[in-house]
Amino acid sequence: MEDLILTVLLTSVPLIYAATGELIAERSGVLNLGVEGMMLMGAVTAFGVSLSTGSLFLGALAGAIAGALTAGVFAIFVLGLATNQVATGLALTIFGTGLSGLAGAPFVGKAIDGMPQIAIPILSDLPFVGRILFQHDMLAYLSVVIVALVAYFLKRTRAGLVLRAVGDNHHSAHALGYSVLGVRFGAVLFGGFMAGLGGAYLPLMLTPHWAEGMTSGRGWIALALVVFASWMPWRVMVGALIFGGITIMQLAGQARGWAIPSQFLSMLPYIATIMVLVLISRNKEFALANSPACLGRIFHLGK
Amino acid sequence: MIALIPRKDIPLSLTLLTPVVAIALTLVMGAIIFGALGYEPLGALYQFFVAPVSHAYQIGDLFVKACPLIIIASGLVFCYRANIWNIGAEGQLVFGAIFSGWVALTFPDLSVGVMMPAMILAGILGGLLWAMIPALLKTRFNTNEILVSLMLTYVASLFIDWLIRGPWRDPMAFGFPLTKNYADAALIGQVSFPGIGTLGQLHWGVVGGVILALVAWFVLARTMIGFQVKVMGDAPRAGRFAGFNPSLVTVMVLAISGATAGLAGMVEVSANIGQLQPNISFGYGFTAIIVAFLARLNPLAVIAAGLVVALAELGGDSAQIVLGMPKVVTGVFKGILLFMLLAGETFNRFHVEVNGVEIKWPGNLWGAKPRKAGA
Repeated sequence: MEDLILTVLLTSVPLIYAATGELIAERSGVLNLGVEGMMLMGAVTAFGVSLSTGSLFLGALAGAIAGALTAGVFAIFVLGLATNQVATGLALTIFGTGLSGLAGAPFVGKAIDGMPQIAIPILSDLPFVGRILFQHDMLAYLSVVIVALVAYFLKRTRAGLVLRAVGDNHHSAHALGYSVLGVRFGAVLFGGFMAGLGGAYLPLMLTPHWAEGMTSGRGWIALALVVFASWMPWRVMVGALIFGGITIMQLAGQARGWAIPSQFLSMLPYIATIMVLVLISRNKEFALANSPACLGRIFHLGK
Repeated sequence: MIALIPRKDIPLSLTLLTPVVAIALTLVMGAIIFGALGYEPLGALYQFFVAPVSHAYQIGDLFVKACPLIIIASGLVFCYRANIWNIGAEGQLVFGAIFSGWVALTFPDLSVGVMMPAMILAGILGGLLWAMIPALLKTRFNTNEILVSLMLTYVASLFIDWLIRGPWRDPMAFGFPLTKNYADAALIGQVSFPGIGTLGQLHWGVVGGVILALVAWFVLARTMIGFQVKVMGDAPRAGRFAGFNPSLVTVMVLAISGATAGLAGMVEVSANIGQLQPNISFGYGFTAIIVAFLARLNPLAVIAAGLVVALAELGGDSAQIVLGMPKVVTGVFKGILLFMLLAGETFNRFHVEVNGVEIKWPGNLWGAKPRKAGA
């Protein structure tokens, strides 16, 4: 049972990162459907850097930066060139899936050292994590801290207020002298950084190897989580844990030889996502209470 | 200050130039990325875009590759024009293949005259029904169709995987995950040109696909249905005042795009595979999104756009065999192409002003002078 809970926690970590990042981007009014692409770029970069440096920490950092750079491409198009956000996000996912596969081709079949060997020395360098949490828990622990910081940032800081203002009414925010595009650029980059970190978690912690398209839809589930969470950071965490649980249920089911074909168990996370989206969206007041009013709308200077 | 100013009218030359420039820029950026990854850039581009069409029979294969893309994109155009984002055509394709496969496998003794129409209808129905899930959830519960249609793609591929490894597996297939072979009546034949013979694998489905694109163009450009779709996309408020029903348009465009994707699934299996297997599509449902955008959401242009993107797909195969590149490299090209097309869209709709001076290419790009003081 303890193992099971631990696995659920592990599985939910990449979702927490990716969804929290996307939440910030969406709160600023930008819908980035490229989460899957950013996660894959983060994953492949993290794996490659860990493989060559032997450092899990450097790998995770590189993965996060790769995610942010990928998001930068998105931002240039969506903010600089005022392109359609949905289509640009799709382009980012297609591009990221392709480029990560191309860049990761030499890594296929290679494994980084088992987690304990590489993770323990770095963890011992971190004073506050110490011996209480095990190797994979460094990033997991950090994810909780980040959710807390994001929640605090949005609710209690002036910068968070500006971010929400930009997302709710970009014309008013612009008139007040805030740089709409600047704020959104920062939010999108943060979203990419988080998605990259979430992606990095997959090859570094969950499965110590790289495979093409290894996120298998987690980026999209992260997008659904933001809706599920109705744009509230702590609810992202609840949602991610639920989804982690559903994903693990499928593995547990297979292990215990349930009389359900494995394909149907594998469908669970996707079907659950749809059901959750329906349950949330049918209650309009709840669903839209915190929804950024300018989500997906294009802002450009000049009338 | 750099500002984007909406254009009052869009010159035709710009409309036609946009996809061409986008393709050219994609090639340049592709070459740069190849170079950065240690491939010889020009050689790689050659393998991608020239080698696949260097023989006459390969032209036929190019059309075969373009066929599912043209069919799917002809339907997706309706969705995207109406601002409905169906990105689950891949799943709808799978269900088209499953439904038509059920007909072919359950009634193997039907004559061609019955079998083909039945399979076509079944394929259309399969795709359409699968697309109705996001359509009804969207109209009933306001659920985001992007996420639902995408999630359903994963469900569909798992479902066909189960069917073929489980109940539909051919016991004589030596344990391979394959169904029985379709009867001859269930196969789409190759086009035979008088005096020349067949052209690569060119089959009648390609002809059907091109006709479908023409029909789609007619419906979108010349009928009330098409008009409603365009109005609901461009000016939903105006559409509501005109008495158009947004829910109906949503259901309609998803039905159209689901039907075409399902048809593509039927054609793909009947013409190229001849039996069901776990992987019947190579992401055609996703690639068709790019085709739709390359065609600038015009069904007539979908034919040409389908061929261009199909070339990149074949190029991916060729680069994989000759250069040992992973197949996903086509995704890099497709992603960049979509980026470039979207950027081109911006320069179509807006012109750029720097400090109040309109930038015209190539006229005053260097050394622009203000039209009037303080403009």
